[in-house]
Amino acid sequence: MTAQRTPLWDLHRQLGARMIDFGGWDMPVSYKAGTLKEHRAVRESVGLFDVSHMGEAILRGPKARAVVDRLTSNAVAAAPAGKAVYTLLCRPSGGIVDDCIFYKKSDEEFFVIVNASNTAKDLAWLRDHAGGEVDIDDASDRTALIAVQGPAAVAMVDRLANASLATLPSFTFTDAEVAGVPCMVARTGYTGEDGFELACDNERAPALWAALYEAASTFGGLPIGLGARDTLRLEAKLPLYGNDLDDDTTPLEAGLGWAVKLDGRDFLGADALREQQAAGLTRKLVGFRIAEDARAIARHGYPVVDRANAEEPVIGQVTSGGPGVVVGGAIGLAYVPVARAAAGAALTIDCRGRDVAATVVSGKFYKRPA
Amino acid sequence: MSTFPSDLRYTDDHEWLRPAGDAWRVGVTQFAVDQLGDITIVSLPKVGDLITKGQRFGSVESVKSVSDLFGPVSGVVTAVNGALDASPELVNQEPYGEGWMIEVRPSEKGELDDLLAPDAYEKLVAEQ
Repeated sequence: MTAQRTPLWDLHRQLGARMIDFGGWDMPVSYKAGTLKEHRAVRESVGLFDVSHMGEAILRGPKARAVVDRLTSNAVAAAPAGKAVYTLLCRPSGGIVDDCIFYKKSDEEFFVIVNASNTAKDLAWLRDHAGGEVDIDDASDRTALIAVQGPAAVAMVDRLANASLATLPSFTFTDAEVAGVPCMVARTGYTGEDGFELACDNERAPALWAALYEAASTFGGLPIGLGARDTLRLEAKLPLYGNDLDDDTTPLEAGLGWAVKLDGRDFLGADALREQQAAGLTRKLVGFRIAEDARAIARHGYPVVDRANAEEPVIGQVTSGGPGVVVGGAIGLAYVPVARAAAGAALTIDCRGRDVAATVVSGKFYKRPA
Repeated sequence: MSTFPSDLRYTDDHEWLRPAGDAWRVGVTQFAVDQLGDITIVSLPKVGDLITKGQRFGSVESVKSVSDLFGPVSGVVTAVNGALDASPELVNQEPYGEGWMIEVRPSEKGELDDLLAPDAYEKLVAEQ
């Protein structure tokens, strides 16, 4: 199978991007500046991300609100029109099918953006559980998505738009023309910075990217590859499906309880999550920082160990790890027993045969200045 | 995109060697650097340590991955580039210059015959 290409593929090549396979897509991992400079550009000015590989679908019909309420852990269905809501799709076991954002257009129409690598799985899952009660339109192959993130992002996009986007509240969306291209503009992102995500038709995406690229250049902005997308989301402690979340982890374990609204609701997985909440968690996803003198990075899959348990030393697992590009040192996320999950708790991580000390850190590694 | 200086010898682990007195200076090639991306930590042996051809003597952590460094020849480490502790980015910036890693005095002179000439290394890279 040849790798899929976004409508911006030619432009990435022209910009000197290094391409990698990501879930069947040929995507830029970094451009000429490199991951570290790209990361800093997003923290200091603005970065452009082609995230057109992500999946999109529209759920439509008179029963859409009821169906969406049954499928989502968060209060998506009851949200006012114009809201963008982060939610989990859960299995009856409480395990996570995917994490995604639903955009409520009305009680009869919802737009949803899902992880690229889960698009086929999610669409099948939505169709299986929507029971033919709503029309599900897979818009993935015709929809491009560009994220504009960083302290300069809002003013920059606002200036290119035919409407005032600077006043658009966080986690809301609207239709607007940006550089003459009709877009769905959402005040959302995956970097810990302010900014927008712009969805438009594939055919118009190169023109939109070109206008954004030109505007970003005047701010010292850069195009951003998947490498920096990962280091940015890690600093902001945003989980990544496939790394930190999967079919065998629940939102409560992952620290996403804020996106689970159980009160009086009956969504897929709700019973299991109620049970887990009542019984108490055994493990939790925590942030950690590697001891400064260790000169190591703990990566996905490395075991968290307790050498006092000679028989079974493995007590947890690292799910994400990398350099703290702006916050310094090496940081990561790991599932650990609840008894080891409090801020300040000492962890030992087996980094390729070497035991390395780490400390549990609460909250985001990086918080953007108010 | 990659360039391979003609005055160097190479290994199929994408390391280069350059004579330095009775020792050989060792680094990684531009091809390796292009594959690794931004390098954030370089772990190297100490002066006086023995390294063995084909065995791990250090590692390089880039943003995305960790890679081992393998001994290009067997011998004793006579110098280590301490500047990489504070400035690992030198490897990205000047892989054949300030980004060098160690110097090794070979103990098995015959192993030097196994090193690749530039044209042989270029051919190897072209096949990857």
